[in-house]
Order: sequence, then structure tokens, then C-alpha cells
Amino acid sequence: MPVLTYVEAIRQGIWEEMERDPSVFVIGEDVAEYGGAFKVTDGMLERFGRDRVIDTPISESAIVGAATGAALMGMRPVVEMQFMDFIACGFDQIVNMAAKIHYRWGAKVPMVIRGPSGAGVHGGPYHSQSNEMWFVHTPGLKVVIPSTAYDAKGLIKASIRDENPVIFYEHKFLYRRIKDEVPDEDYLVPLGRAAVRREGADIAVITYGAMVWTALEAAAELEKEGVSLEVVDLRSLLPYDEAAVLASVRKCGKVILLHEDTRTGGMAGELAALIGERAFDDLDGPIIRVTAPDTPVPFAPPLEEYFLPNAQKLMAAARKLAAY
Amino acid sequence: MAEAKLTPEQKLAMYHRMLLCRMFEERVYFLFLEGRLPGTIHQSQGQEASAVGICSALDAGDMITSTHRPHSHAIARGVSARSLMAELFAKETGCCRGKGGSMHVGDAGAGMLPAIAIVGGGLPLAAGYALAFRYLKQPNIVACFFGEGAANIGVFHEAVNMAAIWNLPVVFVCENNKYAASTAVEKVMRVKHVSERAAAYGIPGETVDGNDVEVVYQAMVKAGSRARAGDGPTLLELETYRFAGHSRSDPGHYRKPEEVAAWKERDPIARYEARLLAEKVLEPSEMTKIRASIELELETAIAQAEQDPSPKPEDCLTDVFAS
Ligand SMILES: Cc1ncc(C[n+]2csc(CCOP(=O)(O)OP(=O)(O)O)c2C)c(N)n1
Repeated sequence: MPVLTYVEAIRQGIWEEMERDPSVFVIGEDVAEYGGAFKVTDGMLERFGRDRVIDTPISESAIVGAATGAALMGMRPVVEMQFMDFIACGFDQIVNMAAKIHYRWGAKVPMVIRGPSGAGVHGGPYHSQSNEMWFVHTPGLKVVIPSTAYDAKGLIKASIRDENPVIFYEHKFLYRRIKDEVPDEDYLVPLGRAAVRREGADIAVITYGAMVWTALEAAAELEKEGVSLEVVDLRSLLPYDEAAVLASVRKCGKVILLHEDTRTGGMAGELAALIGERAFDDLDGPIIRVTAPDTPVPFAPPLEEYFLPNAQKLMAAARKLAAY
Repeated sequence: MAEAKLTPEQKLAMYHRMLLCRMFEERVYFLFLEGRLPGTIHQSQGQEASAVGICSALDAGDMITSTHRPHSHAIARGVSARSLMAELFAKETGCCRGKGGSMHVGDAGAGMLPAIAIVGGGLPLAAGYALAFRYLKQPNIVACFFGEGAANIGVFHEAVNMAAIWNLPVVFVCENNKYAASTAVEKVMRVKHVSERAAAYGIPGETVDGNDVEVVYQAMVKAGSRARAGDGPTLLELETYRFAGHSRSDPGHYRKPEEVAAWKERDPIARYEARLLAEKVLEPSEMTKIRASIELELETAIAQAEQDPSPKPEDCLTDVFAS
């Protein structure tokens, strides 16, 4: 089976959908000749032409709004944000327009807004954020964050085919650092469904995005110490797979919620509430969060390292919880 | 309005500053290639006349705002090469204490709000700063730098209109270097000049040669006087070109080599050097001295930055709230 990087898998997924469905088009800054700042849309202009690979002015609000309008006519725009940090400039059109149209009058907005998020490349405060919770708190949107190349392809294809606005986060640290076997054929990874990345018995680690790899690294280390972590990759944050979360917590009895996003108001808080409501009797210890602190993402490498959760921090938390 | 007369000292100072901008960027370019600086950079070789021409027409109490391409703005405004270099090296002594990096450099105390890398983000702040200057009856103005690409983001319209209706003491300085990342200006704008948009706000708009430092200076003196007199903002467009790619990772293949070469013929520093030599304001021996002194300044800044302490990891947690 072909081995692709995360970025190649996303490109292949969009490409296949464009081949399959003429209503799919790509729109964003520098996506045509340049192929996107991270080269996700590289080669698409040559294959699909200018009508379907559209360069825009720097106008995030109008880009998102125009995509929403086109989606109302049955198009399936795939919008690129050069960095997910800049999605803030299109916020109103996403949360007040796209997200609420179906609820207001029943029309569909089949649109994907995708782009790189996350830290670890010394991008500083404006090029490193994990701002997924802005949208997880917006009913009407779907929020997707793949961690593997296989999932990246299957999820982008499923997102493009979905009838709702999907915010699709790609972790920039993963673009060229991970590779998987990715089938050359058409397959989908369903939205709203988690995956167990590693079976374990003692502690469930619920996570998503690049932190899945952190959790797997910690799990491999802790196994040597006799602590068995189960790693659950949410893949979708809205809607998210409650059943998978609860099943893993019930199985292990202990749980760590891990994410790169900052702490207060992060996904971990939502998961903790779910677990408290629905699996309280199954818990053998406190619900633990391992997250970034409540600060912007700093630039200097030692600061950024302090900011980011990593395997050591997770292992320390897991050892403590295992001994509880 | 009569042109402001430039003394030989002022001319030499502008030349010196432009050269400092250029040589700073050249050193930074190699430091990046050598892997000694983390993150990414957006360089400004070729745009020195705009930075220096504008900032030379400002008073000490005035303020500039800047963009993701801020190094020359900072140097032109007088932020020290040392504190800039230390920030690029991610050191505690940097002008943002290592928290920002290249795209965030600045020093409000030196008259430059730390740069804003969200395209267009500086325009409303400039309007607000100008509002406060007037509110406090300070005789100062704001020079707001942005690229032609930023003239297409919604907040440009909101901020320029607001400054116009309130006659705020701000000069909107558009550095039109013809490309926003890979996107040529004519692909994203129907009008030939950004300055034509001034008409939509009822303010003066002017396009000048942004590679001629004296032309830029005179245009800024005019717009600045207007702003100081309470007559409101000007949209000043400087036609220029960036010699480097958009950012470190961009080889700039979307530009024709002949186009780049033609603009290099109009190198703002070489042009000014030739003029000052012809005017006998500058002697060849003086040129060598200036270069040597800049080299020393940069060498010292780099050596110091390298020795300076990194921020302590737990400093990540400080500065979130003001108290
Ligand atoms: C709101 C926003 N959208 C996109 C970007 C990514 N980006 C950074 S610089 C740039 C091009 C800016 O062009 P221009 O304003 O003309 O300035 P120049 O780079 O030419 O100096 C883009 C698209 C950003 N920083 N902010």
C-alpha cells in the first residue's frame, strides 16, 4: 500500500473528491499557482483549472461568507485558511451565518474550512494556536482533527461530503513528520467517531490531534513500568463520540484528558463533565487533565516547550494516577 | 506646501539608517540559513526607503504600527539592533522578551507598537492610538504601515473610514510591493493604485516612488503636517518591491527574473548613494566608514544576543494579565 505523509493524504483526499464531484472547489489565499502556504493544494490548479482552484484577496470574512453563499447553491467549497489563527478574521460569517443557516431555514451549507493549527514550530503567538474550542462551542458546526495520514484522507473526504459546515484542523507539526499506509482508493472515515489507538487496562488517555502521538509515546514507555495506557483518539470534537469515551473510562476506571489547547474551557473540561455525569460510579480515581496552561503560545523554544504537553508530563501524571 | 529642506546631516542619517536596515536583513538571512534563529522571517530588502523616509519625518512622541515584515520599520524608528537581534535569537533581552519573535518586534517606548502579523490588524489600532493622541491633546501622529494585500481585508475599510470621519491624526502608509505572498496585486484589485481608494473615504490619497527616500520623506512631511493640524488622515501609497521571497520558505518563483532585476536597478540604497556622492554630501571614504561602523554594530548585537540568557521556561506563565 502507498505510504503518504499527512499533507499528501489531505491533498489526495481533496483531489479525489474534486475528481468525483464537480461541485467541489478549492478557495483561499495563494492556493492556485503557489499551491498553498503548506502546499496542500499543490498541483490542483494544473489539474482542475482556475474555476475550481480560486486565489482570493486577503479577505477571510468574505472568503468564508462567499463559500457559504456558494454552498447554499449546492457547491461544496473547500476553504483554506493560511493558518487557522486567521480564521478569527472570518469569525462572524462562520458562527452567525454558516453555523445557523440550517437551523434558521433548513438550507444546507456543505462546506469545509481547513488549515494548519498547533504549535511546536516556534511560530509564536499568531501562528501556533489550537483554537478548535471557539467552534466546538458553536452548535451547527462540525469540528474534525485527524491525527494520522489514513484518517486525514478519510476524514477530509467525509467532511467534503457532509451536508454541514465542517471546521477541519490539520496539525502543522504533523504535515511532513508522520507517514502511514494510505489506500489509493476511495474510503471514508466517519465524522463523530473516535478510534482506540492502543488498547490498555489501567488508564484511559482521551486525546486528539498531534497529542495522540504524545500519548502513544508515553504509553510505550509506561508499559515498561507496568502501567498500561489505553489511547483514544477523538478525531471529531463536535459531535464527539461519547460512547467511545465512556467505554474506555469504564474499562480502565481511571482517565487522563490530554490536549494541546489551553486548559480553561478546553475539550478536557467537556469530557470531564460527561464522565462525571455518566461514568461516576466507574471511576477509581480523580479525572486528570494534562493540557497547555492558560497563556498565549510563546515563541522562544524553552517557553514553547514549557507550554506544550509532552510525553514526560503525561507520564508523570499517569504514574501518579496509577498509584492512586 | 513648500518642501521641507533636508540638511546634509539629515541626508546622511537617512542613508545610514537605510544601510543599517539592509545590512541587518542580510545578516539575519544568513543567521537563518545557518539554523541559528528559530521560527520564520519576512524580510524587507528593497523597502528601506519607505521605512526610513516615513520614520525620518516623525517626532519622538509619534507612533508607528507595523506588520509581519517589521525589521526595517523597527530599525528606521530607532529600535536598537541589539534588542531586535536578541528577539530573533529568542532571548530574554529581546524587545518582546522572547515571547514574540520576528513578526512581533517593536518597542512602544521607542515609538513603535510591537508589530502585528495579522494582516490589517494594525489599522484600527493606529486609528485608536490617534484618537487617544487627540483626546489627550498631544501633538502627535501615528504612521500606520501595511502592505497592499492588507488593503483588501475588511478592517482596512472600517479603520480608514473611522479615521476619516473623525479627522484623526494618522497617516495610512501602504507599502505596495506588488505581491501579497504569491498573489500579484492586479489579480486582487481593480484600481491601479491603492491611493485611489482614498476618494471613497473623502481623504487625500497619493502614490509616490517608494524607492526614493527623499520623495517618501517629503510625502510624509506633507501628510504628517495635515494630520498634526487636525485635518485628518491621508492614504499614502509607496511603490516599492521586496527583493527577497515572502518568507524564509518562499523562493519567489511567481515573479519573473526580469521583473526582479528591473526593480533591483531601482535599489533605494544604491540610488541614494549615487545621488549623495554626486551632491558631494557623501565621500567614498565616508561610505567605507559607515559600513564598517554598521558591521561592528551588528557583530556586537549578534555576539551579545548569542550570549544573552534564554527566558526561563516558567516565564511562559508570566504577563498573561496586567496588574
Ligand atoms: C488575516 C491574515 N490572513 C492571512 C495572513 C497570512 N499572510 C501573512 S503575510 C501575507 C501577505 C501580506 O501581503 P501584504 O499585506 O501586501 O504585505 P507584504 O507581505 O507584501 O509586506 C499573508 C497572506 C495573515 N498573516 N493574516
